[in-house]
Amino acid sequence: MNALAARRRHPAAIAILLLLGLALVGAAYSLLAPKPAQAAAPSAAAAATAEDAALGRQLFLANCATCHGLSAEGTKSGPTLIGVGAASVDFQVGTGRMPLAGPNVQAPRIEQVKYTEEQIAALAAYVASLAPGPAIPEGKEVTGETGNVALGGEIYRVNCAMCHNFAGSGGALTRGKYAPSLYGVEGKYVYEAMLTGPQSMPVFNDTNITPEGKASVIAYLNATMNQPNVGGMNLGNLGPVSEGMFIWIFGLLLMIACAFWLGQKAA
Amino acid sequence: MSTTASGRTAADLRADDTAAAAPTGNGRVAATAGWVDERTGLAKGTAYLMKKIFPDHWSFMLGEIAMYSMIICLLTGVFLSFWFVPSAGLIPYAGSYLPLQGVVMSEAYSSTLAISFDVRGGLLIRQIHHWAALMFCVAITVHMLRVFLTGAFRKPRELNWVIGTILSMLAIVEGFAGYSLPDDLLSGTGIRAAEGFIRSIPLIGSYTSYLLFGGAFPGEAIIPRLYSLHVLLLPAVLIGLFTAHIVLVFLHKHTQFPGPGRTNENVVGYPFMPVYTAKAGGFFFMVFGVLTLISALVTINPIWAYGPYDPSPVTAGAQPDWYMGFADGALRLLPGFLEFELFGFTWSMNVFLGAVALIPVIYTVAGAYPFIEAWVTGDKREHHLLDRPRNAPVRTGLGMAAFSFYVVLMLAAGNDIMAIKLSLSINDITVLFRLLVFVVPVLVFWVTKRICLSLQRHDREKVLHGRESGTIIRTADGKFFERHEDLDEFDRFKLVAFEAPAPIALEALTDANGVDAKAIKKAKRRARLSSFYFKDRVEPVSPAELAAAHHHGEHESISGGSTHAAIKHDKHND
Repeated sequence: MNALAARRRHPAAIAILLLLGLALVGAAYSLLAPKPAQAAAPSAAAAATAEDAALGRQLFLANCATCHGLSAEGTKSGPTLIGVGAASVDFQVGTGRMPLAGPNVQAPRIEQVKYTEEQIAALAAYVASLAPGPAIPEGKEVTGETGNVALGGEIYRVNCAMCHNFAGSGGALTRGKYAPSLYGVEGKYVYEAMLTGPQSMPVFNDTNITPEGKASVIAYLNATMNQPNVGGMNLGNLGPVSEGMFIWIFGLLLMIACAFWLGQKAA
Repeated sequence: MSTTASGRTAADLRADDTAAAAPTGNGRVAATAGWVDERTGLAKGTAYLMKKIFPDHWSFMLGEIAMYSMIICLLTGVFLSFWFVPSAGLIPYAGSYLPLQGVVMSEAYSSTLAISFDVRGGLLIRQIHHWAALMFCVAITVHMLRVFLTGAFRKPRELNWVIGTILSMLAIVEGFAGYSLPDDLLSGTGIRAAEGFIRSIPLIGSYTSYLLFGGAFPGEAIIPRLYSLHVLLLPAVLIGLFTAHIVLVFLHKHTQFPGPGRTNENVVGYPFMPVYTAKAGGFFFMVFGVLTLISALVTINPIWAYGPYDPSPVTAGAQPDWYMGFADGALRLLPGFLEFELFGFTWSMNVFLGAVALIPVIYTVAGAYPFIEAWVTGDKREHHLLDRPRNAPVRTGLGMAAFSFYVVLMLAAGNDIMAIKLSLSINDITVLFRLLVFVVPVLVFWVTKRICLSLQRHDREKVLHGRESGTIIRTADGKFFERHEDLDEFDRFKLVAFEAPAPIALEALTDANGVDAKAIKKAKRRARLSSFYFKDRVEPVSPAELAAAHHHGEHESISGGSTHAAIKHDKHND
């Protein structure tokens, strides 16, 4: 205790105390933070076929109809789902955007998807049964295997980079809306997003960007996001803003530390 | 006329010169030095430099960081120029970066990719070059702040301050030229924006743009032209001005903080040789080391990810490098209604004011400040002793207010990144920044001035009553008090050695009849400004006050018999 008391006026004492405090608060938070509530999953249907539209309808009535209307005709709080197709349902529910956790400018992607694959398929089958719409894409195109990486890059830069940023890190739109990050998004969902144009995103139909073009975009994203960062840490791939912040905080701090250390040295 | 050797040495030819100390010793170094001196007469100048005294303080090294970053940029830039091809000519890419293979791109971009992927060590050198450029501008900014806040710009250094502001402005232009060269999507967008800025210049905008680009945007001329500016003209001007900057520092002698034994006539410190050659030389390698470490660990401008420029695409988060951020921020904040038509021309004040006019205006105001302050104070003396920032509260307030204005504009350039990272609306952020740009400087001025005055009062308190020791003492009759320790003379000197000028009084220029209205107006304005600067002031403790405080203490200790007696007693125990 005496040794501690003797050092309480040490110049580093405040910094150390602050760090300790931060570490303590962080640790306490990670221990005590509320965990996301696990919704009791309704018993999953065994097989999901086109005939399971009936099960889909049940799920729809129980979970979606509040906003989208009893027969998916839409209400003030949610758009109609007639004609949006299975692809749209698969995208919105499969990426955790629906069911919406709360009213907001935009539905965020959520890692914890609320439904099983069978349930999503059933929901999609139900919505597809209301009116024709884009089907869930399948095959080699959605994995990007058939795509041409260089061509995909060009398509990406012309059509996608303006909102999603050059590296797919995401970007801001007006009034709190945003183009989300594309990191860790499955090829199938990228394809569905292009096909259905969710939220603020425009629709890129097959005459706009051909299926091969879409496959190329997915191939390009796979290629660039899975390659090693040759230059080192990428600072979130956000462009010069994060670089400027880095040099002001870390660069300047290191330099001043060096200068200070050198200034303390007796000649 | 004879061309034969006369047998006279070079030293004889300079018999009139005051004798330079002949190199002593008979080592090889001395012999070489003698040989060189006999042919160049460098000994005197070198001796002058070597004996030059510099004071020691970490903040005096901020300018050095800038200097070394610039040298590092020059060195790495030479390396890059060995491979960079400044041409907009199109070729299909055939290098080793797979996602771009077969894509048609400019030679400039292709060669930058080659530097990054196919030249050994190329990516590291490119990243050092870019990080060093960012560091250069950071160091210039903080160096400028240091010089401003300590009043180092006062006579006789006003011209050097002006040179410094020009250097600072040229540095950002040089940086922008370099940023624009690789012809990736980001830099191409930057040039496109710059082209728009140039076009917003009233009347001559479009002609200037055509002149610079050699026709319509983008053309093939801009990259080679920017390259010439970036590697030839701007570095030459930068180095020339920088040399003048350093020569003036040597001529003026370095300023020093006030302290015991430090006067306006001397410099207390160590000689350049050997102390500062070692320290500064060592510091160069530290700066180089830190920048290399950063460059080896952290990506800067991943041009391969941006892809080649072509005028149709653009990327979200397209920003200039940070040093141009304030102009970009101003552009983002300016409302659109400032564009109007008059006399058959379109006046794009929504673009021109922020992106073009702001830069020279800011630097002109900065460059003019020493002259403004000198006029207000009427101070014609030389100042080689620095002010502690707290001892010039209004100047410090003004400096911080100006800097906060700059920072708000700079942050406004990142409004889109803030929007996605903080889940806010970009519109709200922009509106907020429009407000902050007016409110923050005023607030910062007021708060800074108040803090300075409080610190000054605290200094007075400390001088008069000593340092709070944190030791609580209980007297025999149960009274508690905190023991104060007297400052030693060295510490005390630092707290009392400053000037606190009073506002100038309004001089009676003429009588009521022979009015010189102009002169009176001028004098009144000056008196008002002087009052703005100096009306709130805290005077340093005078020797009389100090003696009185001590006497008061003694008196109390005798009559009260408690507090100060206890202090004295305690001290004896120590």
